[in-house]
Amino acid sequence: MVYSFNDSKSRGHWGGFTLKWYAELLENRDIRTALYYTLMIAFLAAVISTIAGTLTAIGIYNMRFLSRKIVLNINYLPVLNPDIVTGVSLMTLFLSLKMQLGFVTLLIAHIVFDIPYVVLCILPKLRQMNKHVPEAAMDLGAKPSYAIRKVIIPEILPGIITGFLMAFTLSVDDFVISFFTTGSGVTNLSIVIYSMARKGIKPSINALSTIMFLIVVVMLLLINRSTTKGDELIP
Amino acid sequence: MKNRFRMLSYPYIVWMAIFIIGPILLILFYSFTSGNVHDLGSMSFSIGSYKKLFNLMYLKVIAKSFYLAAVATALCFLLGYPVALIIVKAEARKRNLLMLFFLVPIWMNFLLRTYAWMSILSPNGFINRILAFFGLPMLNIMPGQSAVVLGMVYNFLPFMVLPIYTVLSKIDKSVVEAAMDLGANNLATFIKVVFPLSIPGIITGITMVFMPAVSTFVISRLLGGGKDLLIGNLIEQQFTVQRDWHFGSALSIVLMVLILLSMAVMSSVDKEEHQGGGGLF
Repeated sequence: MVYSFNDSKSRGHWGGFTLKWYAELLENRDIRTALYYTLMIAFLAAVISTIAGTLTAIGIYNMRFLSRKIVLNINYLPVLNPDIVTGVSLMTLFLSLKMQLGFVTLLIAHIVFDIPYVVLCILPKLRQMNKHVPEAAMDLGAKPSYAIRKVIIPEILPGIITGFLMAFTLSVDDFVISFFTTGSGVTNLSIVIYSMARKGIKPSINALSTIMFLIVVVMLLLINRSTTKGDELIP
Repeated sequence: MKNRFRMLSYPYIVWMAIFIIGPILLILFYSFTSGNVHDLGSMSFSIGSYKKLFNLMYLKVIAKSFYLAAVATALCFLLGYPVALIIVKAEARKRNLLMLFFLVPIWMNFLLRTYAWMSILSPNGFINRILAFFGLPMLNIMPGQSAVVLGMVYNFLPFMVLPIYTVLSKIDKSVVEAAMDLGANNLATFIKVVFPLSIPGIITGITMVFMPAVSTFVISRLLGGGKDLLIGNLIEQQFTVQRDWHFGSALSIVLMVLILLSMAVMSSVDKEEHQGGGGLF
């Protein structure tokens, strides 16, 4: 843990503190494309998953007990399953459907495993919400869509935000599932690191790790802030 | 009214059927067939893949995966429980800081963490440099099984600490105080009161460590050298290099089943339903 911070500036040789590696990092095209795709996919997947997940969570919340249980259990399968199995099974699905492995399949794969986590974050908030308020709103004449927008969503907003951040972090960090479901030049930061680590160790990776660490600390603080609203400080 | 809301989940249900259940059924299908995967017509029912599994070599791989994962889990527990205790007992402000400090690695990219360990443990890495400086013999564990276990412990320790900490922090202080008022010393209180109450958290922690440990292939690939040690590596191979999807599917199904079984065992040990650390069940 500690070492991974230190390591970024000079790599095991203490060749001196240099920012040279950062420069090299930015110039390296592989890393740049990977970074672009990583962020792009993570962002898209997170947005789509959050929207879909929120609506679904509201739907699930209102289901009858038995069907709810079934749906929830299936929903959590991607969470419970080891990532290889999810990755490999998605890959076979895509190939069997004769789909080309690439951006779209990668995006779909990320959405598949992001939504369960979003639902996971939002359901507790739904349970905490006073369900009579939306009912009251509708008794007063509001249409259901209005009720959702103006009543339910503000109540569960912290859950939505947490869900979004979680989905984003999960997608940025993912390796295994991305490894199996991408192709044709679309790659992801973790995949690039993996191939670099296997070939040999390059110092720019260490610079990368500091950058990623900083990004992550920021996200962490954000998540912390959003879950603090009335709740305990650390989940 | 409720009906309307309920409909919101229907699109997702369709999605789940395609993208969650579908792939699993597909893998199941492949595991029970043989023939050219790209030509649907050529496939025929066979349990050849499963039979292949029972070859001693593969059974050894499976056993080794479980063994290493168990060792890593045990280590995580032995290290993690005291850490959780320390954090719980620390005063409030320090507590959050400690937690943050400890959880930060999770938020770093998984690959980078493992990669950092490659640097630390390698023959001319950090640890060996210090040892050499003191004239002590070199530590030659990388690549190798011990390195893999260490990598697992490092990567998954927070997953053990977190649930245990959550459960410990929820223990009602007055119960502990009552025990002490009744004459128990620190050790007895711990054994008879605190520890039993923390069992749900321990179970969650074990589950959250064991599962990824058994199925990882990154850690074993990067830290274990060229030899394929674990199920994860084997599965990965079948799908990329060997192109034997049937066998790979069979392996995946076996992995899934074994994990589901272990989790079922775990949750039968845990008597109460709780929304504790893992919060998944």
